[in-house]
Amino acid sequence: MALEIIESCTNCWACMSLCPSKAIYEAKPHFLIDPNKCNECSGDFEDSQCASICPIEGAILNEDGVPLNPPGSLTCIPVHRLAA
Amino acid sequence: MPIPVITIAAADAPKSGCAAGSCGSTDKQMSHLPEHIRQKVFNHPCYSEEAHHYFARMHVAVAPACNIQCNYCNRKYDCANESRPGVVSELHHPLQAVKKVLAVAANIPQMTVLGIAGPGDPLANPSRTFETFRMLSEQAPDIKLCVSTNGLSLPENIEELTKYNIDHVTITINCVDPDVGAQIYPWIFWKNKRIKGREAAAILIEQQQKGLEMLVAKGILVKVNSVMIPGVNDKHLEEVSKIVKAKGAFLHNVMPLISEAEHGTYYGLTGQRGPTHEELQTLQDACAGDMNMMRHCRQCRADAVGMLGEDRGAEFTMDKIEAMDINYPEAMKMRAGVHAAINAELEAKRLAKENKVQVVSIQGLKKKKSARPVLMAVATKGSGLINEHFGHASEFLIYEASSEGVRFIGHRKTKPYCEGGDTCGDGESALDTTLRVLAGCEVVLCSKVGYEPWGPLQAAGIQPNGEHAMETIEDAILKVYEEMREAGKLDTKADEQQKVA
Repeated sequence: MALEIIESCTNCWACMSLCPSKAIYEAKPHFLIDPNKCNECSGDFEDSQCASICPIEGAILNEDGVPLNPPGSLTCIPVHRLAA
Repeated sequence: MPIPVITIAAADAPKSGCAAGSCGSTDKQMSHLPEHIRQKVFNHPCYSEEAHHYFARMHVAVAPACNIQCNYCNRKYDCANESRPGVVSELHHPLQAVKKVLAVAANIPQMTVLGIAGPGDPLANPSRTFETFRMLSEQAPDIKLCVSTNGLSLPENIEELTKYNIDHVTITINCVDPDVGAQIYPWIFWKNKRIKGREAAAILIEQQQKGLEMLVAKGILVKVNSVMIPGVNDKHLEEVSKIVKAKGAFLHNVMPLISEAEHGTYYGLTGQRGPTHEELQTLQDACAGDMNMMRHCRQCRADAVGMLGEDRGAEFTMDKIEAMDINYPEAMKMRAGVHAAINAELEAKRLAKENKVQVVSIQGLKKKKSARPVLMAVATKGSGLINEHFGHASEFLIYEASSEGVRFIGHRKTKPYCEGGDTCGDGESALDTTLRVLAGCEVVLCSKVGYEPWGPLQAAGIQPNGEHAMETIEDAILKVYEEMREAGKLDTKADEQQKVA
């Protein structure tokens, strides 16, 4: 059970200091989550902290590879405009 | 007893109230301020219109994280060709940032102010932000430190802020009504949760107002920035202005929304337009009845370096800075000399102006005849002088001349009509841009203007004028205005009708 940061990450650092398991680390070309440390914040917070502050839709996936913040969910930009 | 004397004396004394027509004027903007505030802002280019002609500022991009989303911001912020808040080319660690600041300060002695403004929110990155401030307050005590925030984390950080000699804070306040806020902020991160909609806006507004009150109570100067979004908060900002002034903010900066579709913001992609020059000026004038307004903001990048309106960031990339050997204590001596010279120049100008104001106001009484106000554009490289070629100007300062005097209205960006040499190939379209940007102005003052743009400018109703090169902006505008008055170009419609009759 672990989350994953993918290439759309912009390296904004917002998630790193929030992680209660210290699972997030700076890496090139983008930040990464150590799957051995991440427990999706269970026991610490109701919501996964990284996914709750990440400003980039689709940058954080759950263990099934599904984005926790799907397109349009944060910016409210209609999905057909995002494609443009 | 002698009434005429009292009248003149009263006219010369700084007014306590603030007439909408006089607030933007360069010296009046400053003269409204209590002396202890004037001392703090006289060399701060972002807080004093006069200072921005002489002093430079820089931002260091140490604060990438943000705790809110604004509909005018896109967090994919890495673009070298965009000039707007939230955009940077290189993110710095605090140690790199300090090295950069010392290098810039040694090379641009006019740089008096270091701000942390992003590209995220400085207070959402407290350790990086405060580490930078701490080192700078120790190593470069001659640099003013300031911070610009959305206000969400302001109350919890005020104690820390007061430790590092930070006497200026800017809060971006776009609304005081959560229903308006819900149309500007899609979410905030608050107490370990992402909160959306009206509830998010309500929390943000509460924190901003609380932060403003706490800063004022600590004696820290607060400027409020507001983004004018037509149809969303344009009507509402007058109320915002009244409230923040009542709470003790000393300056309000209403900025136009930037919403190009290619920036990929919510507003850009959904076709939300920014205000026109006229709409912005009308709102600024409406707010000016209650509040000291700022009109010279250039909405610069979170890593901007140099005078307002210019960006010399490319001269100070990390690889170039690593190669520089900076002896800051030595640089500080040189800087002190430069600052003293500028201050002496400013003081001399102020005295000269004071003497002149008395003469003008007495003459003005004699000649007071109805004359309509005129907008004039000025090409300048700084120092308050007309010292830029028309074709080299990437922006024009706009002034309004009227029988009340000269007041600064704002700036308008353009593409330089001619970059000089043989790069004038697409000068045609750049001139069209400039003509559009200068709409409403009747005169453009510059140190030189070529033969080619002369005709199109006149055809557009804008008189090019290169006769006042190296003169003080306000003096030249007054002279041109007087010439227009004498030539009968300023008769109001009523006068014309009388003449016809």
